[in-house]
Order: sequence, then C-alpha cells, then structure tokens
Amino acid sequence: MVRLTRALDFSASLRYRHGDLSPRENERLFGPAARTHGHNYRLEVTLRGPVDPTTGMVFDLGDLKEILEREVMARFDHHDLNADTPYFEKLPPTPENFAQVIRGLLLEALPAGMLDRVVLHQDADLSVEIVEDPA
Amino acid sequence: MIAVTRRYRFPAAHVLRSQALSDEENARLYGKCSNLHGHDYGIEVTVAGPVDPVSGRIIAPERLDGLVDHHVLGPLSHRDLSRHPWFEGQVSTAENVARVIHDRLRGPIASEGSTRLLRVRIQETRRNGFEYGGE
Repeated sequence: MVRLTRALDFSASLRYRHGDLSPRENERLFGPAARTHGHNYRLEVTLRGPVDPTTGMVFDLGDLKEILEREVMARFDHHDLNADTPYFEKLPPTPENFAQVIRGLLLEALPAGMLDRVVLHQDADLSVEIVEDPA
Repeated sequence: MIAVTRRYRFPAAHVLRSQALSDEENARLYGKCSNLHGHDYGIEVTVAGPVDPVSGRIIAPERLDGLVDHHVLGPLSHRDLSRHPWFEGQVSTAENVARVIHDRLRGPIASEGSTRLLRVRIQETRRNGFEYGGE
C-alpha cells in the first residue's frame, strides 16, 4: 500500500455560532471568534491504496485535482462558511467541525476505502487531523 | 480518529554529554553538539478526543495553551536543558526532550475530560524533527 498526499490552499470568512444559543451566549462562549473573521486554510488530503501495475499510480492526480476543485475549492474558497454553505447552520465552523464536513464530502466523492486522512491547517499554529481506521 | 494539533516554541540551551562516556568519547559521539549551544525548539502537541457538540472543540485552544505554558514552556524556556532537573541522568537529545514533555503533559491533558495526548513532536531545527507517542 502506498499513500499520496495533495495539498491545497484556500481562504474563507466565518464566525462561530451555535444555532441553539442566543447572540449573547455565542459571544460569551466563542469570544472574538463569534465575530466575522477569516483564515488562510491549508488542507492536506491523503489517499491510500495499492499501486496500479499498469499506470504506476495509486490514484490519478488529475482526477484527484478535479475532485478537490469541485468538492473543496468551489464550495469554500473565497466564500463565507456561514452564509454560502449549508453546513454550519447549527454547528460552529471550528476547524474540528470544518474538517469533519470536508471528510464527509471526500468520502462521498472518492472510491470507497481510498481516503486515509485529512489534515486541515487553520493557520501556522493550529491544525485538525482525521485519520480513517485501517481497512 | 480526530485530533487537534497546536504549535508552540521556546528557546533553550543544551550540551550533549553522556555521563557514561569519557570526554573524548563524548566529543567523538556528539561532535559539535558537545559544545554548549541552543535552539528555538518547536513543539507540536496533538490531542485526541470527542468533539464537544456545543463548542465544536476537542479542547479549547486557550485551555491547551494554558496547560502547555504552565507545564512546559514556563519550566523550560530560557534554560539550559542539560542542567535542568528534568534531565538529570539523561542526555538532553531531542528524543529525550520529546519524551520528557510527553510525560509532563499526559496527565494534565487526560484530566481535562475525555481528551488524551496523542503525540508530541519536537522540531529541534528546521531539518530535524522527533515524535513521541508514549509507546
């Protein structure tokens, strides 16, 4: 088995807000993150699988690029996570929740069993990783 | 498995010298590292655990910052590690720095709730990194 990782950079605005809480409660819980702000995210997507004996590849990088463009860049790059996407109507777009949304989209889009992990860097000092169980 | 990683740094001095070896042997084994010198140590602390359904967090970053500050950065920052009580009887290689920091943080992070310390990574220089996961 071989793993391959592709990285992508995108930028988005967001504010932390839980749908069940009042504006005042949100502000108390999340502090400055309850205000609209933004991040330069870096996402690392790792796939795993056997190397195809004919192509010598785990997965066609062109196809992966297309999937990431459609599932991640088109949805999130230079968008507002709260206003422009349906994923954070209830849950706040913390990196933990955002990484889980991205993982869900990629599990749907990729062949079963190929996703190994996603690592979402919110900035240079904080990242969230989700690692799939071994097959 | 989902985990969050936070990055910190602290400057410290050290000299690599094993009590079990002679001066010549130490000089031969550790080369230029047998002179007193220093690094800006980078630390990556990775914490695994369930994502809280309201806060959307595994652990509040400022809480983790407080623990790392209290248990690691305060005691080690601007010190000579080779004369530090935590390194009595062991050489202050980055391998041992990673283990010592892991040992110091494991308990406090576990007592935060369902969180557990997954690994500690030490970036001693831009080219040398070391990871310890407690095994």
